[in-house]
Amino acid sequence: MLTNDDLQALGLTLRLASVVTLILLCLGTPIAWWLTRTKSWWKGPLGAIVALPLVLPPSVLGFYLLLLMGPNGPFGKLTLALGFGVLPFTFWGLVIGSVFYSFPFMVQPLQTAFEAVGKRPLEVAATLRATPLDSFFTVVLPLALPGFVTASILTFAHTVGEFGVVLMIGGSLPGKTRVASVQIYDHMEAFEYADAHRMAAVLLIFSFLVLLLLYTWKPRLERSVL
Amino acid sequence: MNEIQARFKLARPGFQLEVDLQLPAVGVTVLFGPSGCGKTTLLRCIAGLEKTSQGRLVVNGSVWQDQSQWVPVHKRPLGYVFQEASLFPHLTVWGNLQFGRKREPKAKTSDLDQIIHLLGIGPLLERKPERLSGGERQRVAIARALAVNPKLLIMDEPLAALDHQRKQEILPYLDRLHDELSIPVLYVTHSPDEMTRLADYLVLMSRGMVLASGPVRELLTRLDLPWAQSEEAEAIVDATVAGHDEEYYLTFFDFAGGRITVTKRQAQLGQKVRLRILAKDVSLSLRPLEDSSQLNCLPARVVELEGVANPGKVTLKLDLQGVMLLARVTKKSVALLDLRPGSPVFVLVKTVSFVD
Repeated sequence: MLTNDDLQALGLTLRLASVVTLILLCLGTPIAWWLTRTKSWWKGPLGAIVALPLVLPPSVLGFYLLLLMGPNGPFGKLTLALGFGVLPFTFWGLVIGSVFYSFPFMVQPLQTAFEAVGKRPLEVAATLRATPLDSFFTVVLPLALPGFVTASILTFAHTVGEFGVVLMIGGSLPGKTRVASVQIYDHMEAFEYADAHRMAAVLLIFSFLVLLLLYTWKPRLERSVL
Repeated sequence: MNEIQARFKLARPGFQLEVDLQLPAVGVTVLFGPSGCGKTTLLRCIAGLEKTSQGRLVVNGSVWQDQSQWVPVHKRPLGYVFQEASLFPHLTVWGNLQFGRKREPKAKTSDLDQIIHLLGIGPLLERKPERLSGGERQRVAIARALAVNPKLLIMDEPLAALDHQRKQEILPYLDRLHDELSIPVLYVTHSPDEMTRLADYLVLMSRGMVLASGPVRELLTRLDLPWAQSEEAEAIVDATVAGHDEEYYLTFFDFAGGRITVTKRQAQLGQKVRLRILAKDVSLSLRPLEDSSQLNCLPARVVELEGVANPGKVTLKLDLQGVMLLARVTKKSVALLDLRPGSPVFVLVKTVSFVD
């Protein structure tokens, strides 16, 4: 069965994916909302930046993040000055890399969901004395709930499945940065094909179940809200 | 104090709105005009859903918009009914009614019971909007707008998205609102039927401008406005139900200009009604008709005539003891009877429709 190292890697992966999903829920929601509502000239450029990780090789993102977060990078100097140390090759370094890498998987489904809600419910809420913030929480949030579920599941699953960025920023420190995908790579490098098989099967089944959940549950959820 | 002053200037690609209106803050004011004439945009400006850089809006003495201030929508004491009911799909009917009430400290429970009763939505309270018919949804939307205790009710073509049968289902409720509401109502429509039925005050709009505004009875009979020249031209007459004749199955309506007899209608004795008389249902004679099947023959005087819009036809404005009626007759009849302003005539009314 799975070794202790394997379980440790899986546990780390789940922790990373949970933290990243939570952070992106907080960061992605206002950005997706802004992208939906704005008529500003910035909508195009910002939308493109959000979508960049979809097409960029992970090594490009990893390279820039390493430079930024390294001891000589502007962000690295900041974290050093604040007493957090240097972030690459730590769990929080992985978190930051993954947040960037999974950004579009949170923002784009949310943006689609917000666009589907439309302007009218907000206008109605305003004529019923609700402030814009109030309307967001009592009208937009419940109506866009299926979008939040989709966005969270996709972000979580995508973070579990990432490899390139994690390897570049985190390396493979057991219990700190060695996530499941990296563990498989390490097994393979060491010709431990049986171990690699077991881990790969776990990730394959996990990914399939997540997508199955998404495709069967989401239509039902949408029906129940609407 | 009791009035609405609205002045707006708004330019959009391909459309311009420029209005300067003084409206009474009582009764129903109908904004009437063809699609795309700016009625809805004007309503949205008044509600604050559309922001104009130039404008001034004062409602009952309080400033909602001028150079230096702009009250946001959620702080304006109004109720708004949209063309589509736009109920919140995630809330029940009751949840929808409560949404605004919870946020409006001045709303009272007793009022809500009355509103629910007035619109007949008591049995629907537990339902989700998806399980309501189009007409029921719009009634809930009206109740929801009233439930916030508004000082002004705004209705943007509330019946336009409904089929004929659903319209007939809602109209009696609107008549009731008209009779029982003490707050002013701004009502947008392009339907002549709704306009003549509900309006006390009328604003005629065209291409982003106001053609004319004034009391509805006055405006409908003004021959210089497009309405009096249109196919649907009709006048409004305030009358009282004077009695029924059971033997011949008739109903009598009395008004300042005399008595009108029609086939029996459901109406209570003494009830005040609004009669609507189509210009094409009125014909003229120089002498009272004695040997005729026509029951309604009333003396009147021609005020003016106008025949520009319809080839071969002339529209006349008639004075029946101060009540104005419209008649549509052929040019030839006008020549044969030698009709001109001041001519005494007898008015023959074929039929009327009425609103209680």
